[in-house]
Amino acid sequence: MTEILKTEGLSRYFGAVTAAEDINVTITQGEIVGVIGANGAGKTTFINMITGYLPPSEGSISFNGRPIEGLGPRKLMREGLARSFQIPQLFLELPVIDNLAIALSAAQNDHLQMLRPVRTKGRLAAADDILEQMGITQYRDEMVTAMPQGARKLLDIAIAMLGDPKMLLLDEPTSGVSMEEKHALMDTVMEVVKRRQLTVLFVEHDMEIVQKYVTRVMAFASGVVIKDGPVEEVLADVQVQTLVTGKRRHKSTATEQGDV
Amino acid sequence: MSLQKSEALMIAAAVAIGLAGLMSPNWLVFTTTLAVSKALVVLGVVMLMRAGLVSFGQGLFFCIGGYAVGMGGRFWGIQDALLLILLGVLASTVLAMILGLLLTRYREIFFAMLTMAFSMILFGVLVKSHNLGSTDGFSVVEWSVLGWVPQSGMGVFWLALVIGLLVALFLNRFFQSSIGLACEAIRENEVRVEYMGISRRQVLYINYVMAAAIGAMGGSLTALAAGHVDPEMAYWTISGEFVFIALLGGTGHVAAAFIAAMLFALVRTYAVEFMPHTWQMILGIVLLLIILFLPKGIWSLFTRNRRTAS
Repeated sequence: MTEILKTEGLSRYFGAVTAAEDINVTITQGEIVGVIGANGAGKTTFINMITGYLPPSEGSISFNGRPIEGLGPRKLMREGLARSFQIPQLFLELPVIDNLAIALSAAQNDHLQMLRPVRTKGRLAAADDILEQMGITQYRDEMVTAMPQGARKLLDIAIAMLGDPKMLLLDEPTSGVSMEEKHALMDTVMEVVKRRQLTVLFVEHDMEIVQKYVTRVMAFASGVVIKDGPVEEVLADVQVQTLVTGKRRHKSTATEQGDV
Repeated sequence: MSLQKSEALMIAAAVAIGLAGLMSPNWLVFTTTLAVSKALVVLGVVMLMRAGLVSFGQGLFFCIGGYAVGMGGRFWGIQDALLLILLGVLASTVLAMILGLLLTRYREIFFAMLTMAFSMILFGVLVKSHNLGSTDGFSVVEWSVLGWVPQSGMGVFWLALVIGLLVALFLNRFFQSSIGLACEAIRENEVRVEYMGISRRQVLYINYVMAAAIGAMGGSLTALAAGHVDPEMAYWTISGEFVFIALLGGTGHVAAAFIAAMLFALVRTYAVEFMPHTWQMILGIVLLLIILFLPKGIWSLFTRNRRTAS
C-alpha cells in the first residue's frame, strides 16, 4: 500500500504545556483512521498541525512523500489535503449554492476572475451534484443560517471535498448532531468517501461511530499516542479503556472512592 | 456577455437623468454632478464593506483625485479632463498599492483608524504646503474633453454620468464575479476562505486598490465640477460622509450608492436651507431612522418588495 501521510517526532508545546509529543504515524492510501481521546488529549492539536493551522514545535510531516510542515492551509489544499471543522466553517449570510460556487472557483484557481459570474453553468452543475450526493439539495438556494446542524456539517464536508483532495481530515463530524441523525450523516459521508476513494482521518468521541466506520484507530492521552492499530484491538486495550473510553475506571479514582 | 436587467435599467436611468439635466435648474445639475462623483467614492467604501472592512479614510483618494486634476492643470499644463482623471487614478493606485501592503493585515477598528490616519497625514501635508494654497487650496484651471471646452456645468454633468455609469456596470459584474464573492466570503469566514485555497490578503489587496482608484475618479470629477480643491477633501469628516452615504444606501447593489448620494445631497441642501445652524442634526436623525428601520440601507426596500412579490 502507498504511504500518503507520515509524521515523525511531531510535537507541539505551548510554553511549559505539552499539547502533543513525539507522534509517529504512517497512514496509507485508502485507510479510514479514527482518532480518539479525552478532551485535551492532543487530537485537535495533531489535526491542526497536519492541516497547517498550527506549526509544529518539533518533528516532520510528509504528504505524498513531500515535506509539508510549516505550509499554510492554502498550500496544503493545493497539495490535496482538505479538512472539515468541529464547528462548521461556512459563509452563513450567503446562499448554500454560493458557498459551493466560491469553493469551486477556488479549486479551479479562478477566484480572482473579475467579470465572469461565479455561478457558471459548470459550477452550478458540480454544486448540484455534490448537494445531491450529500442529500442536502433542498437547501440549495437557502441561506446557510436556515440549515439545521446536521445539514451544515454535510455542507462543510462537501466544501472540503470540492478541491478534489486525496485525503480528508474530519474534526468530529458528528458533534452537535442528534443521536438519530449521526449514523445517517456518517453513512452519507462514507458513501461519498468510498466513491471518491479518499483517505480519511477523523476525530470522533462516539465509540459506536468509531467501531462502525473505521478500520484503524489512534488513541491519544496526554498528548501522546498510547495505542495505534485495528479498531477491535485498540478498543480492547486496558490503557485505552482506562484513559480514553472510560470502560475501566482509573485506579486512583477508584481508590479515592474506596472501591479497591 | 449579455446585458442584465439591472444593467439595462441603470443605462436607461443614466440616459433619463442626462436628458432631465437639460431641463433642470443649474443648482440641481450641480448637485447631481457632485452626488454622482461622491457616489463613486462611496462605491469604494461599499467594496470594502462587502469584504467586512470599514474605511474612514477614503477621503485620501478623493483628495488625491481632486489635487491631481488641480495640479495637472496648474503645474503640468494638462487640460484634457480624461487625462487629468487618469492622472488621479494612477496616483491613487500607486499609493494604494503601497498602503494596501500594510492595511490588508488589519481588520475592524484597526483598519478603520489606520485608513483615517493616512488620510489625515495627507490633510496635514496639504495644510502646510503653501505652494498648494495651504488651507485655502487653489482653483482648477480651464479644462476640455477631447478638445471640446464646456461652457456650462452640463459638460462635467455628462462626463460624471458616463463615468458613473461605466463604473456602475463594471462593479455590478465585479460583485457577481468570483473575486466579488470571495470578498463577501472573507467577511463571513476568513478561516474557511484560506482552507479553500484563497489568499484573503491577495483578494483584499486587489479590492482595496480598486476602491482607491474608483475613489480618485470621484475626487477628480468633484474638482472639475467645483473648480476648486482644498485640503478639506482629505479631512476625516469627508470620509465619514462617504461611510454615512454607504450605510444609507446599503451594500445590496451598485445603484444604491447613487440613490443614497443623491438623497444625501438633497437632504443636506434642504436642511441647510431651512435649518442653517442645525442641519447636521437633520442628517443625524435621517441616519438614525435608516439604521433603526432599514439596517441594510435604502436598497433593502427594493429587495423587500421583490421578496413580498415572490
